[in-house]
Amino acid sequence: METVVARFEIRHRRHLGPDGVPAGDLPAFARDPAELVALYRGMVRTRAFDQKAVALQRTGRLGTYASSLGQEAVAVGLAAAMRPDDVFVPAFREHGAQLWRGVTMRELLLYWGGDERGSNFAGPRQDFPVNVPVGSQAPHAAGVALAMRLHGEDRAVVCAFGDGATSKGDVAEALVFAGVWSLPVVFVVNNNQWAISVPRRAQTAAETLAQKAIAAGIPGMQVDGNDVIAVRDAVAEALARARSGGGATVVEAVTYRLGDHTTADDARRYRDDAEVSPHWREEPLPRLRTYLTSLGAWTKAQEDALLAQCRAEVDQAEADYLATPPQDLASIFDHTFAVLPAELARQKAEATGDEP
Amino acid sequence: MTERTLVQAVNAAMARAMAEDPAVLVVGEDVGTDGGVFRATEGLLGRFGPQRVIDTPLAEAGIAGLAVGLAAQGFRPVAEIQFTGFIYAALDQVVNHAARLRTRTRGRLTCPLVIRAPTGGGVRAPEHHSESPEAMFAHIPGLRVVVASSPARAFGLLLAAIRDPDPVLFLEPTRLYRAVREEVPDDAPPLPLDRAFVLREGTDATLVAWGGMVPEALAAAEALEKEDVSCEVIDLATLKPLDEETILASVARTGRLVVVQEAPLTAGFGAEVAARVAERGLMSLRAPVRRVTGWDTVMPLLRLEQRYIPSAARIAAAVRDAMAFA
Ligand SMILES: Cc1ncc(C[n+]2csc(CCOP(=O)(O)OP(=O)(O)O)c2C)c(N)n1
Ligand SMILES: [Mg+2]
Repeated sequence: METVVARFEIRHRRHLGPDGVPAGDLPAFARDPAELVALYRGMVRTRAFDQKAVALQRTGRLGTYASSLGQEAVAVGLAAAMRPDDVFVPAFREHGAQLWRGVTMRELLLYWGGDERGSNFAGPRQDFPVNVPVGSQAPHAAGVALAMRLHGEDRAVVCAFGDGATSKGDVAEALVFAGVWSLPVVFVVNNNQWAISVPRRAQTAAETLAQKAIAAGIPGMQVDGNDVIAVRDAVAEALARARSGGGATVVEAVTYRLGDHTTADDARRYRDDAEVSPHWREEPLPRLRTYLTSLGAWTKAQEDALLAQCRAEVDQAEADYLATPPQDLASIFDHTFAVLPAELARQKAEATGDEP
Repeated sequence: MTERTLVQAVNAAMARAMAEDPAVLVVGEDVGTDGGVFRATEGLLGRFGPQRVIDTPLAEAGIAGLAVGLAAQGFRPVAEIQFTGFIYAALDQVVNHAARLRTRTRGRLTCPLVIRAPTGGGVRAPEHHSESPEAMFAHIPGLRVVVASSPARAFGLLLAAIRDPDPVLFLEPTRLYRAVREEVPDDAPPLPLDRAFVLREGTDATLVAWGGMVPEALAAAEALEKEDVSCEVIDLATLKPLDEETILASVARTGRLVVVQEAPLTAGFGAEVAARVAERGLMSLRAPVRRVTGWDTVMPLLRLEQRYIPSAARIAAAVRDAMAFA
């Protein structure tokens, strides 16, 4: 005899489709146009930053850079759902979230320009730095969340990673920890449908990435990752559950990587225009702009002013970045341990002996 | 004439091995359509098809473990780890399985696999892309460790590694991928996996280097020649097993040893070389052994990486020191 012992379904949430027309009632925050304008600004600002960073890389003034073009709604939406005292544990493509939470453009440029001080940002001090070894940050998020639990706080963690990262053991392990201990953490999967040249369908035979939550015993859901309202809404809901002891959630945000993987990549090697171009019609900025315009909450003049403001901000950040005096070689020794061991002090003296 | 860069030589060695032996497979992230992020596997998918050139999900522990299973079934997987810093996730599989399956089963199951990975800095790469982890792997019983330093040697050594009946870690310095071109014929023979290469003969000091440090050691030797200091330069190439005899014979002639490694000083492979000479060649030494290495710090990001990587000038200074000793 066989009986059904478990069933599951994965729901997909969308509030604002590509045409900019709301599907049903919007969540409470989204009924305030000022909130929506703030989200829109966050995304435009992120795009402006991405453009500047790519330009700096192309002219040899930045290292390899991972643009978030087309995925701004994921980063901005998740950040807008967070409280300042929550902790963000990013991957490497959530510039929009870092900027929203107060990391400065100059700091981000320092990091991507190969200067460790970019990870010592002035705020938010408890957020983790950019994480390059794919997926390895997910267990940190479980650890931070356990610490919050042990401290009896109502803070929570948001951890971001990509579709590719969901194949890593680290991610599966983090979900398991978060599940068994009902930890206050939200895992946001930026499913941009590519991991360098490997398409989403080659990462897992599962229909959704959200359902990876099910095996860990936690809720998982999908959202339209190009709909910033849906991303913010879903993450806010998951955070509220986390704060009240309801445990972890996986939110899979389905979006698309409109650009190359990084400035070191040439995506034309593995995907053609016919694959990419339909996604330009889905991208997150126009749909929110259309909706705001339809509300009478956004005008051409405001758009122009915002673009000018963002241009000025990124230009200023570029100037500040380029004007930052370089670190001296001593810096690579000074932060290795809390107290420089005598042996390392000798190496430091040898290394820096020829410094002016 | 078939002039190749190091990365082209790596590609050619895999193509040759695949053409000669249907058991040879290539697995890894982005090795198929993309041809590998460094283009090491370019063209292999088109030539050998998706059954033999396999894009994997993003999972290094999985890739290494997969290779163990394939190898135990008689395939000869060549697994690519995309960047040096991501090889650590594969470590469990390498230490606990690939390197000891033969021992555990007393030869019943074996692991004729190769793990290829880039190594070293100097190409302005992102965080975790520039480390030199060879010593950690040389410490693992049952694993061969090879580091390439020229197109021709890369070709012959990789061919031998793929044909070898045991697991081999094959490290490729990213800095040298496109640094020079060299004649590398398609039918060049495999090279022995237990022999160091004397690249330059000399009488005053022996420079032992591997990987990205080999060109630096050669440049130092060149500079020192103008000062009438004659350096012998040895490319260790196969760290494990180590060709002690070539080193000892050289030191017996020169009386001075300078070991150069890009990796941090402490417990680096240079320590092993120095120890072997201390054990078996002490009486030939006319000066203390010198090591020129990276610092015992985290590999810095790109702005300071050139100040971390040992330079020809630092190597030459160490040789001058040794010369001044006696
Ligand atoms: C553990 C690990 N393996 C490989 C890489 C090289 N790499 C960098 S990003 C990337 C793809 C990541 O895909 P995904 O998780 O979907 O994130 P996305 O880049 O699409 O934002 C790979 C393979 C890495 N950084 N870390
Ligand atoms: Mg992705």
